[in-house]
Amino acid sequence: MEFLKVENIHHSYFSKTQAKEVLRDINLDIRKGEFVSFIGPSGCGKTTLLSIIAGLFPSTEGKVYIDGEEISTHNQSLIGYMLQQDYLFPWKTIEENVTIGLKIMERSNKTHKVTANALLQEIGLPHVGNNYPRELSGGMRQRVALARTLAVDPKILLLDEPFSALDYQSKLKLEDLVVETLKAYQKTAILVTHDIGEAIAMSERVFLFSANPGTLHKVFDIPSELQELSPFDVRQHPMYSDIFQIIWKELESLG
Amino acid sequence: MFKQYQQMLKKEKRYVRLYQLIILLVFFGGWELLSRFGWIDRLIFSSPTHVWRTLVEKVSDGTLTLHVGVTLMETIIGFVAGTLLGTLIAVVLWWSSMLSKILDPYLVILNAMPKVALGPILIVALGPGYFSIVAMGALISIIITTIVVYTAFKGVDPNYSKVLQTFGATRWQIFREVILPASFPTIISTLKVNVGLSWVGVIVGEFLVASKGLGYLIIYGFQVFNFNLVLMSLLIIAFFATIMYQVVELIEKAIIKNNG
Repeated sequence: MEFLKVENIHHSYFSKTQAKEVLRDINLDIRKGEFVSFIGPSGCGKTTLLSIIAGLFPSTEGKVYIDGEEISTHNQSLIGYMLQQDYLFPWKTIEENVTIGLKIMERSNKTHKVTANALLQEIGLPHVGNNYPRELSGGMRQRVALARTLAVDPKILLLDEPFSALDYQSKLKLEDLVVETLKAYQKTAILVTHDIGEAIAMSERVFLFSANPGTLHKVFDIPSELQELSPFDVRQHPMYSDIFQIIWKELESLG
Repeated sequence: MFKQYQQMLKKEKRYVRLYQLIILLVFFGGWELLSRFGWIDRLIFSSPTHVWRTLVEKVSDGTLTLHVGVTLMETIIGFVAGTLLGTLIAVVLWWSSMLSKILDPYLVILNAMPKVALGPILIVALGPGYFSIVAMGALISIIITTIVVYTAFKGVDPNYSKVLQTFGATRWQIFREVILPASFPTIISTLKVNVGLSWVGVIVGEFLVASKGLGYLIIYGFQVFNFNLVLMSLLIIAFFATIMYQVVELIEKAIIKNNG
């Protein structure tokens, strides 16, 4: 049974001088607990689609269902959204940053500290609760952003190129941490990325989009033996480069 | 090496202080000498000793405390009111983008207009008293505060708001958690500008109507040709304006300690 259902999504942006069609006839289903990636050339509307799924703005046409419930700007399902950069609030401590979602949703105050501590433990930063973001490295900050996203126990995680601003080493480490953590919490997740390797290493299925207007071009299933492995180990696996070549060629053919 | 560097810094700081002191001494000493030897008109430019004598006299008969108190009060109230109202209007403009579009040209006009020119109208409308002087002190800083703070609100990285939106935050929550704290450094820096502006507004207001205050003393001294009094008032204003500025700077340091 599908957990996330995207039905006939069309979307156009209007400016003073023109209307630009960015998404055309997008249909896709994602199972509960599945990790999928959206890749495609720039301008294929990946981020727009993610924002529509998040309920940040309505699509021109079409519907999104999460767990059977229709998403709209008035009825945001519980989604967790991670951006390119951590966007931690510099004037709040790490603990306050992690619990900001809970505060917004006005959940009881007592549990905040417990949740924050447990999550910081989970992401391997148990002692930074009272520090401020500027005292942490880029990789640590993005880990805190992951904790902030998980704190509200979202139904689905939307990851909008969360590793693109990091150095390569931090990126590889964080990939492993994200996959491991999401598996442990059995979260459904969509990753938007430019990096084919990252998509293969982390996901169970890869959705390839073509641009102008954005349409769903092809879906690749990642073999189950790779899904078992951590992203780092997938990159070392002999099958990895074959899949990379297949997706690469398909991406090239889009021009 | 590091010790040497520290000592060098200390030495440099001492020199800066020394030269600052020299400038101060040369200024007052030169003033005194020029006036003693009659190279400048003693009647107009007075001299430090005469100013000092006037100060002692005014302090001992108790009138000075009253004048300083009145002006300080008016300035502080005008300053706080101007900053608060200006920020409040900025909040309203941020809240309603429609309203901000409508009001945009009027803000430009009001900002360009010299506010002290409104003085006579204020006095007629609010009566000749403390109230119109305070209003002048506030009015002079409201519009510029509105414009600067509103620009700061709009300049906050929208991705910070997006983070909260994904948690389903209301507009008010976004304002309280993101927009306002992110704009604190700008609000504080307008405070520094407003300190100076409020002094201008209040002193001009006192020129026009007051029977108490330092602005009144300046005008009175001018009318009776007692420039000892005028210069004394000027020095007192310089002194208190500096103190207010320093206080604002202390507040700034305390508030934006962790905003970097």
